[in-house]
Amino acid sequence: MGLRGDAAIVGFAEWPHVRRYTDEKQFTIDQWAELTRLALEDAGLSIKDVNGIVCSEIREADMFTPATIVEYLGRPVNFAERVDLGGANPVGMVWRAAAAIELGIADVVACTTPGRPIPSNPNRGPIDPRRYFQSSSHKWGSPQAEFEIPYGNLAQNCGYAMIAQRYAAEYDYKPEALAKLVAHQRDSAALNPLAAFYQKPISADDVLKSRMIADPLRMLEIVMPVAGGGAIIVASKEIANRCKHSPAWIKGFGEHLTMKTPTFAKDLCRSPVGPASDTAFDMAEIERHEIDACQIYDCYSITVLMTLEDAGFCEKGKGMDFLLDRDLGFDGDFPVNTHGGQLGMGQAGAAGGMTQVIESARQIMGRAGERQVPNCKNVYVSGTGGIMSEQAAVIMQGGGNGI
Amino acid sequence: MEFEKPLPLQTPASQPYWEGLKNRKVCIQQCDDCATWIFYPRNHCTECLGNSLSWKEVSGEASLYSYTIARQPTAPHFADEIPQLLAIVELDQGVRMTSTLVGANPSDLRVGMRLRPHFDHMTDEVTLLRFAPLVANSE
Repeated sequence: MGLRGDAAIVGFAEWPHVRRYTDEKQFTIDQWAELTRLALEDAGLSIKDVNGIVCSEIREADMFTPATIVEYLGRPVNFAERVDLGGANPVGMVWRAAAAIELGIADVVACTTPGRPIPSNPNRGPIDPRRYFQSSSHKWGSPQAEFEIPYGNLAQNCGYAMIAQRYAAEYDYKPEALAKLVAHQRDSAALNPLAAFYQKPISADDVLKSRMIADPLRMLEIVMPVAGGGAIIVASKEIANRCKHSPAWIKGFGEHLTMKTPTFAKDLCRSPVGPASDTAFDMAEIERHEIDACQIYDCYSITVLMTLEDAGFCEKGKGMDFLLDRDLGFDGDFPVNTHGGQLGMGQAGAAGGMTQVIESARQIMGRAGERQVPNCKNVYVSGTGGIMSEQAAVIMQGGGNGI
Repeated sequence: MEFEKPLPLQTPASQPYWEGLKNRKVCIQQCDDCATWIFYPRNHCTECLGNSLSWKEVSGEASLYSYTIARQPTAPHFADEIPQLLAIVELDQGVRMTSTLVGANPSDLRVGMRLRPHFDHMTDEVTLLRFAPLVANSE
């Protein structure tokens, strides 16, 4: 079942993640084109090589997103997909691109996630107060409109907090372990010039002293919204072997969806990344202990803990001890989020999870500079959408020529 | 800007649920084919996708499955409710629902604590189902 493993990430582009964006604002489609141009240049390819795209939502159109992008690029494609998995989009994009390439539908696929503000609309009307409901649908007939929004169960913080609270009731909850994880990631971000928290390390104690937002989650365990954006180019074996960088082969993937609102999870302490990761490891025929670095979606500290457990890197319920016992730095014995994660980079909307995908490829290509993991061959990357409601995992591998 | 409390708009599928709450009754659905209890109201069973469901009145007694204390409002509409005691509540039939807790001291909240229904008549038309500790707060 699954991939042969001979499609690869061959290039990428990543804009600096900044808290306050002061440069010229561009529409999402402009950003899409610019990031794609930069990523193609990085790979040593041109737009003429592209015959597939994978996108997520853009601000300028609710429907027909791929066609809108293709028209703007001026480049007809054989494969166009819009992924709707929230934070899991980038990981979902990677495997869809690889699958299309292995099926022979496309040779070069651009996967792009813009995350900068767009120009303000001079004709915008009054602000609709329902905008504050964010990812909870207020449409007629929506279960969230009827059974969540009236109780104020909105946005992400409280959902993740309730997962953490349930975890605390079933297992051992150690705030100092999660604080240590955040501090490790901020150490890596301090070395990453693209990170919002570049040169701004913090201690575990800083995390524990930060403001409580939704018990038991504190401010420094929660991502900060920023402007940014990223893109990757996925290519066939034939093309990958003549690109500029050593390819990051896509060896296995898995995806699993269970619900929209955590209230309806069968078991709040078992996240969908479990089945997704099992599928990915089986497909890649790689064991957990062979992984050299993990790039784990980290909208919150608790997401990393749950992923480490459910993806099988440590025993269920023992994740807190794992965090305390292991060194998660890029130079540690279990490197996690070597770019600083989103807790260190900041979260540029849909582009947040792309930082993990790009860092996976960067480490495999040996381009991580000061924070390079030595001999980094196998990388596990996860994506999380909604409130651990939809998750995906990909395993990438360096070396060889795709056989 | 005015932030009116968002209230549910009942649908043909959920009408008996909201009607029940108005009359201080908790009614949920059960599958005629496999006896699975179902929440939120809908037309198909979440276990077997059977389309024959019946409304049953239940006690509304429940346990606290998880909760959080929101220290900043989840939307401006709820600014007057800070701290919001958001809860995932498990009815004794096993179904879960989102709610908020009333009459509870935040520091006394415990996963697993027993709860009873609290009918909050928001308007003539809408009653929300909140929950209170089964054992009254000592305060």
